[in-house]
Amino acid sequence: MQTKRTIFGNRVLPYALLLPQLAITCVFFLWPAGQAFRQSFLREDAFGFKTRFVWFENYEKLFADPLYHNSLWVTVIFSLGVAFLSLATALILALAVDRTLRAARTYTTLLVWPYAVAPAVAGIMWWFLFNPTIGILPYVLEMLGYDWNHRSSSVDAMILVIVAASWKQISYNFLFFVAGLAAIPHSLVEAAAIDGAGPMKRFFTIIFPLLSPTTFFLLVVNVVYAMFDTFAVIHATTEGGPAQSTNILVYKVFEDGFIGLNLGSSAAQSVVLMAIVIVLTVIQFRWIERRVQY
Amino acid sequence: MSAIAIRDVRKSYGKTEVIHGVNIDIADGEFIVIVGPSGCGKSTLLRMVAGLETITEGTIEIGGRVVNRLEPGERDIAMVFQNYALYPHMSVFDNMAYGLKIAGLSKDDIRARVDKAATMLQLQPFLDRKPRQLSGGQRQRVAMGRALVRDPAAFLLDEPLSNLDAKLRVQMRLEIKQLQQSVGTTALYVTHDQVEAMTLADRLVVMHDGVAEQIDTPMAVYARPATTFVAGFIGSPAMNMLPVEAAGNRGLMLANGRTVKPRDIRLPEKGRKAILGVRPEHMAPVSGPNADLELDVAAVETLGADTLAHGRLAGVENGSGELVVRLPGSTQVRPGDRLALAIELGMAHLFDAESGARLKELDLPAVPARADKRLAEAVNA
Repeated sequence: MQTKRTIFGNRVLPYALLLPQLAITCVFFLWPAGQAFRQSFLREDAFGFKTRFVWFENYEKLFADPLYHNSLWVTVIFSLGVAFLSLATALILALAVDRTLRAARTYTTLLVWPYAVAPAVAGIMWWFLFNPTIGILPYVLEMLGYDWNHRSSSVDAMILVIVAASWKQISYNFLFFVAGLAAIPHSLVEAAAIDGAGPMKRFFTIIFPLLSPTTFFLLVVNVVYAMFDTFAVIHATTEGGPAQSTNILVYKVFEDGFIGLNLGSSAAQSVVLMAIVIVLTVIQFRWIERRVQY
Repeated sequence: MSAIAIRDVRKSYGKTEVIHGVNIDIADGEFIVIVGPSGCGKSTLLRMVAGLETITEGTIEIGGRVVNRLEPGERDIAMVFQNYALYPHMSVFDNMAYGLKIAGLSKDDIRARVDKAATMLQLQPFLDRKPRQLSGGQRQRVAMGRALVRDPAAFLLDEPLSNLDAKLRVQMRLEIKQLQQSVGTTALYVTHDQVEAMTLADRLVVMHDGVAEQIDTPMAVYARPATTFVAGFIGSPAMNMLPVEAAGNRGLMLANGRTVKPRDIRLPEKGRKAILGVRPEHMAPVSGPNADLELDVAAVETLGADTLAHGRLAGVENGSGELVVRLPGSTQVRPGDRLALAIELGMAHLFDAESGARLKELDLPAVPARADKRLAEAVNA
């Protein structure tokens, strides 16, 4: 790949230009990460008077904790649910836009708007929509014979957080799918049509395979999003309940650390999350960028 | 029975009509080339036959069946695209087998058909490769192979050679022609390249602005172009067009006030304005008194076998009267020379000044036989 190189006359200037970004990275990312890493080996009493170095005790306890196992499982379901729902919906919308000749730009613009909505606001909105007392969706569902209550039903709660978290991610995925579809030469689809393939056959044998680099990329991005970026959605809707059924790893870090004040365990959980994000990033850069290319 | 019949086909995008009623009857096994400048509607017409564009008016029949409402896959045609449109994620074998699999053929049947086509096209060593691992010429062959295996009623080819370099284009041109002759399948081929058109076609369709201006054998199109457009489009360098006015017995009056009297053509009634067309290769230098035209040479191009002398009709001031003549390569001619030229017998064309249509009623019945050799020269230029 060719890159543009800028030659600076002054030796200090490039570092000065980098400084703000480096400062932000250090203060808000590296320092807290280091803190969490250190803290994960410490045990502190509830009032912060005594701190003890305990080696891997926090991790040992964590991995033996059935609640943590539950949270892992919940996270897997939640991430896959969000990834599947947002990818599938985005793909259907992108295919629809791809077929539209007029007003495709208008649709695209409108469909991107949700991405600009803050997660907490999105969470509140869905909380209102699904609110068993005042929400409109439970009202509709009740007419259809379904008694919606995400405060007592763990299935309902999971559906709520998946829908709420997927909603804005659909916009993001949609943009990538539209770009991906535009990159597929129209003549390929026409050639398949002449070869006798109907619309469904064309999609599954030509379009979807050619979209797979986009799809794999988005899958990783969405899983990362669902695992790490959905705190606000959970916090605004179910707060991890009922009965831990939507308590994903990120939320559990917050709950154990800031509500339960078990700082050592919370820090250890953060370190586990960091490890997961590193693995996912490596997968994204190495494996996907090389493998799924035509 | 004709293999493909295009009857009064029109195409509109919104209120703009881009194809204004085209009629073509294609016999079984015939190689038809649609040629024209870009934007003349030739690709649109082909895509309507393929079923990739809707037909606004008129009917298209393939094998005696009206196909207007049929899906592309149901029309019994195969198409070769300009960019080949090979499926990039499939091997060469799978590319060729794709249509057969959809048609529900047995595995053995598919293998046999693909093997046969691959052998014909010398693609056997590449069956397991992906398209991106092939050269341009090989991709072109795979695209041909994909059309071949389906054994369709007609091949549709949309500028299949324009992505190849010049040398490969000449080679593939020949291969396509031979292939079509050996399988005997009707072919409809679209190109903007007149050399491809002349060499490949059994019959040519010259299109211009959504109208088929002439449908005839390449020789007939060259020898008797139906319009000034066809006359200018087929042949290189293009035919010289000189505005003339009929001057009774004296012949045709040119822009410089002199008269020319081609002997092999009937003359229009006195006072009628017309266009006299003469191909650069159909004029020869002669001694003064026998000259039909005089050329003031402005520039000379030496091509080796030929020399092209560009210039202006002697005595014409105002921009018109441009003239090119093709001379033997050994001719000594320099800018500033004045050449006396005679129009070869039977090589003058007259067109209506307004419509540009050939004044057919003035043609003498005999078609010059020696044009064949000239054609070959023109095409190879």
